[in-house]
Amino acid sequence: MRRVYLDHAATTPADIKVVEAMLPYFTDHFGNPMSIHSFGQEGKAAIEEARKKAAGLIGAEPEEIIFTSGGTESDNLALKGVSFAGKDTKNHIITSVIEHHAVLEPCRYLERHGFQVSYLRVDGDGLVDPDDVTKAITDKTALISIMHANNEIGTIEPIAGIGKIARERGIYFHTDAVQTAGHLPIDVNKLNVDLLSASAHKLYGPKGVGILYVRKGTRILPLMHGGDQERGRRASTHNVPGIVGLGKAADLASEKMGEEMEKLTSLRDKLIEGILDRIGHSRLNGHPTERLPNNVNISIEYIEGESMVLNLDMEGIACSTGSACTSSNLQPSHVLAATGLSPETAHSSLRFTLGRDTKEEDIEYVLEVLPRVVKNLRMMSPLYKEV
Amino acid sequence: MQPYSDRVMDHFRNPRNVGEIENPSGTGRAGNPVCGDIMELYVKVEDGIITDAKFKTFGCGAAIATSSMVTEMVKGKTIDEALKISNRAVAEALDGLPPIKMHCSVLAEEALKSAVEDYLGKSEGNRALKKRGGVNGDKEN
Repeated sequence: MRRVYLDHAATTPADIKVVEAMLPYFTDHFGNPMSIHSFGQEGKAAIEEARKKAAGLIGAEPEEIIFTSGGTESDNLALKGVSFAGKDTKNHIITSVIEHHAVLEPCRYLERHGFQVSYLRVDGDGLVDPDDVTKAITDKTALISIMHANNEIGTIEPIAGIGKIARERGIYFHTDAVQTAGHLPIDVNKLNVDLLSASAHKLYGPKGVGILYVRKGTRILPLMHGGDQERGRRASTHNVPGIVGLGKAADLASEKMGEEMEKLTSLRDKLIEGILDRIGHSRLNGHPTERLPNNVNISIEYIEGESMVLNLDMEGIACSTGSACTSSNLQPSHVLAATGLSPETAHSSLRFTLGRDTKEEDIEYVLEVLPRVVKNLRMMSPLYKEV
Repeated sequence: MQPYSDRVMDHFRNPRNVGEIENPSGTGRAGNPVCGDIMELYVKVEDGIITDAKFKTFGCGAAIATSSMVTEMVKGKTIDEALKISNRAVAEALDGLPPIKMHCSVLAEEALKSAVEDYLGKSEGNRALKKRGGVNGDKEN
């Protein structure tokens, strides 16, 4: 059976060149970068080389990069680290309702610890309005955190504009770039961001490693204590193979980005148009153009997302849904709800996220299989007859 | 996430008794769009025995599998027996459900109960009408 992986927003396969770059650091060059001997110094040289590559991907200086265990840790470090560092004078945070839980949950945690958080709404396409950011700012605002692009609906936020607002008022600005780093051109200076989170496994690197970019001069406290690694900002023995893999992945991403964006945008639009053409009562979620080149999020009315995902999986196609019948409260995706979708339509969502190896034939295969799956499930649906 | 049992996947892949019954003896509905599962269940009752059951479901894999299983279980049962089918019995017949999906078995039980109660309500109504000389008695009066 043909197998088509269209869930790259969840994770990507590590590039074979990444794996090859990592391998010597498990065995030959296993030293601890904090050791003074030659074994340690080999590891130290490797992570500093990776730091340069990671910095290069986002237009930063190497010393502004902190290696972490991934996007969730980077978001936690940014939110809590900056908030706690400034808590004597400021206690207000601005974020949006469509952030990843790795931002929203730290915000709720901070609320329980005396901070106030403003959660900005988005429009029907999932865009944050920079004017809303301006209006939410108070003299107690310490940090603004708005994601670069949304992981579910792919909407790209007006980060540079929001960053400018923050900069003018001397407020720190963090962006979760887990879905964009290595996929869209990023320059932390042009985007006016002070902190930026990214994860290796979303850009063909290994799982368990990420970065937090912290602009020079930003006040931040560590979450991890117990060592001087990362200039005391993140204690823990370095994940040397992982960090080397992240560096290699960053290099490959810079190399391939332009060509990849063009190819994926064209395949994305083919898939969107194909689905909307072939399947009645379907709609695109997220912004039509301000959108990640690899993201297709659609709702197919009258049938539920998980049943579609399982049926597609039986045909070899891997994708995901915002119908979180898996969450304890059974509410569908907070992101789809925030764009104004009814619960039924949110439960009817499917997300396909394309990747480096996605081919035109893969898209054609989905367009052949999906209408059949939809037809079968609609025959079973008590809602469909009511149309 | 925790995968489904083989039996759940079997009932999901090949759901039994999909569809509607024409002129059903009873119709039941459970669930709501917010939780993402809606079940409709139809039963045909002859001489106090449920002779046929069908369903239509909007929902996840577990919702479809529990609908399929409960319609299988209820066929050939008396009304009293049908009312005793619990959500746990449905889940057990499927070799278990992931904990977060147990609510689907609750919906299956509720849909069945609501169909049977609909039947009981209708038959009581019919008896009452007959007593008053309604239903078939109209022409004779």
